[in-house]
Amino acid sequence: MMPGFMDALIDLLQQNALMPRADMARLLDLTPENLEARIAGLEAKGIILGYQAIINREMWDLDKVTAIIEVKITPERDGGFDRIASRIAKFEEVQSCYLVSGGYDLLIVIEASNLRNAAAFVAEKLSTIDAVQATATHFRLKTYKENGAFHQIDSAAERLAVSP
Amino acid sequence: MSIAVADHVRSIPRSGIRDFFEVVQTMEDVISLGIGEPDFATPWHIREAAIYALERGRTGYTSNLGLPRLRRSISDYVRKHFALSYDPHSEILVSVGVSEAIDLSLRALLNPGDEVLYHEPCYVSYAPTITLAGGRARAIETSARDGFRLTPESLEKAISPRSKALMLNFPTNPTGATMSAEDLAAIAAICVRHNLVVLTDEIYSELTFDGGSHASIAACPGMIERTVLLHGLSKAFAMTGWRIGFACAPAGLIEAMMKIHQYSILCAPIMGQDAAIEALERGAESVAKMRREYEMRRNFIVGALNEMGLPCRKPLGSFYVFPDITPFGLPSREFSLRLLSEEKVAVVPGTAFGPSGEGHVRCSFATSLPQIKLAMERLAAFAGRCRKAA
Repeated sequence: MMPGFMDALIDLLQQNALMPRADMARLLDLTPENLEARIAGLEAKGIILGYQAIINREMWDLDKVTAIIEVKITPERDGGFDRIASRIAKFEEVQSCYLVSGGYDLLIVIEASNLRNAAAFVAEKLSTIDAVQATATHFRLKTYKENGAFHQIDSAAERLAVSP
Repeated sequence: MSIAVADHVRSIPRSGIRDFFEVVQTMEDVISLGIGEPDFATPWHIREAAIYALERGRTGYTSNLGLPRLRRSISDYVRKHFALSYDPHSEILVSVGVSEAIDLSLRALLNPGDEVLYHEPCYVSYAPTITLAGGRARAIETSARDGFRLTPESLEKAISPRSKALMLNFPTNPTGATMSAEDLAAIAAICVRHNLVVLTDEIYSELTFDGGSHASIAACPGMIERTVLLHGLSKAFAMTGWRIGFACAPAGLIEAMMKIHQYSILCAPIMGQDAAIEALERGAESVAKMRREYEMRRNFIVGALNEMGLPCRKPLGSFYVFPDITPFGLPSREFSLRLLSEEKVAVVPGTAFGPSGEGHVRCSFATSLPQIKLAMERLAAFAGRCRKAA
C-alpha cells in the first residue's frame, strides 16, 4: 500500500472530487470497493463535510457581492467567542467564519445577491449584535485565485514530444 | 566541398531517441509518453527566487566550481540525503546539467583505450560520451528477469585488465530499476577488489516509491574515495531547462574535472545556480508533492498496462515504466512506429537504450493523468488489434 495514501486520497478529492472513482482507485492502488468504503468512512466521520464547485464570478452572476469583514467582538465569560461566532456563522450570507489572531477577532466572508443586501446585512444584522464592537468591510474587486484554483489559466509551456 | 568530420565523431551513431523524435515531430495531436522530463513547471518559489536574483543584477560569471553558497547547499543536501560528506571547497563541482558532469569525469579519468563498463539498457549518452572521451564502452546486459539490476556475476564476468571504471544509474532511465543497499554492497566489493572507479548517476534518487529510500554506492565501505557521485536538479525539482548538475568526488579528480570545465564551459549559468540554492534549501516539500503525484501515476499506468496484457513491473524509482511487448511479436521499433501512426501515441523503443532493450518500450509517466489515461485507452485498442492479428 502506498505510504500516506489517506493524505493522497484527501488531496485528490480536494483537487477534483468528480474524478472517476475507477481512476482514483487505480492511482491509489486500491480496489474500487475499498476506495468507496474509505470515502464513505471519511464522510461518516465528518472529515469530509461536502463537495463544491469553484465558480468564476467574473463570468457568472456578476451582481453577486463578496465581502471580507473583520469583526471585533466582546467575548463572553462562559464560552469565549464560540457562542457569538456560531450565531454570526448561522446567517445564510456568511460563507466562512474564522476566529483569528491580531487586531480583530472574527474574519468572515459573506456573499450577497447585490451590494444593497450586503450593506443591509452589515448594518442591520451584524453590527446590531450586542457583542459586536466594530466591523470593517472589504468588498472583493477581483479574484485571482480561489481555493487553489486560478481564475486565469496560463497557456501551457511548450514541451518536446520526445526527450532523453 | 563537404567538410570532413573527425573520424571518431562520425563513428558515433545518432541518438535513437532523436531519430524517433523526428518522426513524432511530423505528426499532430500525438500523446507523448516519450518525454524524459517532468511535466511540472519548476515550483514557483524557485522561479521567484531566480527572478529576484535577476532583479538584483546577479548576472555575471561565478567561480569555476560554482557559487560557494550553492556548493555549501549541495554539501548539506548530500549529507542529509545520502549520508555522505563532501568538502564544498574542493570536492564539489557545479556543472551544466549532469550530462556535462558525466562528460567531465570521463575525460578527466580516461586514457585512450581504457575500458568503461556500464549496465544496459541505459541512458542514451553513456556509450557515446565514453567513446568521445577516448575510452572503450563495454555494455553489461541486464534483464527483466533480474529486474534490470546489475548482478555481481555479470559485472565480474565483464571485467578485463583494461577496465578502469564502472558507470551506474539507479534508479535507471529507462527501466526504473533500483538497487538496495545490499545489492550495492556486493557490487562495491567487486569494484574495490578490481580497483574500479565508479561513476554513479543518481539523478532519479529522490523519485523512489512505496516508502523505499535511495541508497548510494558511495556510502559502501571503501567507495567514497573511488566514486564520483553525479546528481542534479533536473528531475526531482522539475528544473530540466536550468541545466544545473553537480559532481561530488575526491579533490584530485574534481580539480582535474575543473580544468576541463574551466576551459570549455567556464561556469554554469548563475541564474540556474541561484535557483538551485533555493531548490536545495527550501524545496523539500515541492519534491515530496511531485513524488507523490508520480507515484500515483505509476500505480495507474502499471495497472492499465498489465490489464491490457503488456507485462510490466512496478518500478520502485524514476518516472519510467518499461513494459514487455514480446506478447505482440513485434520488434520494439516497429511496435512504436505502428503505435504512433495508428493511435498517435509516442513511446520510445527499448532499443534506443541499447540492443538489450529489445522486447520493451519506455513509457514516461511524467505526463498529466488525463493524457496518460487517453494514451492507455489507445494503447489498449492497439494491443487488442495486434493480438487478433497474431
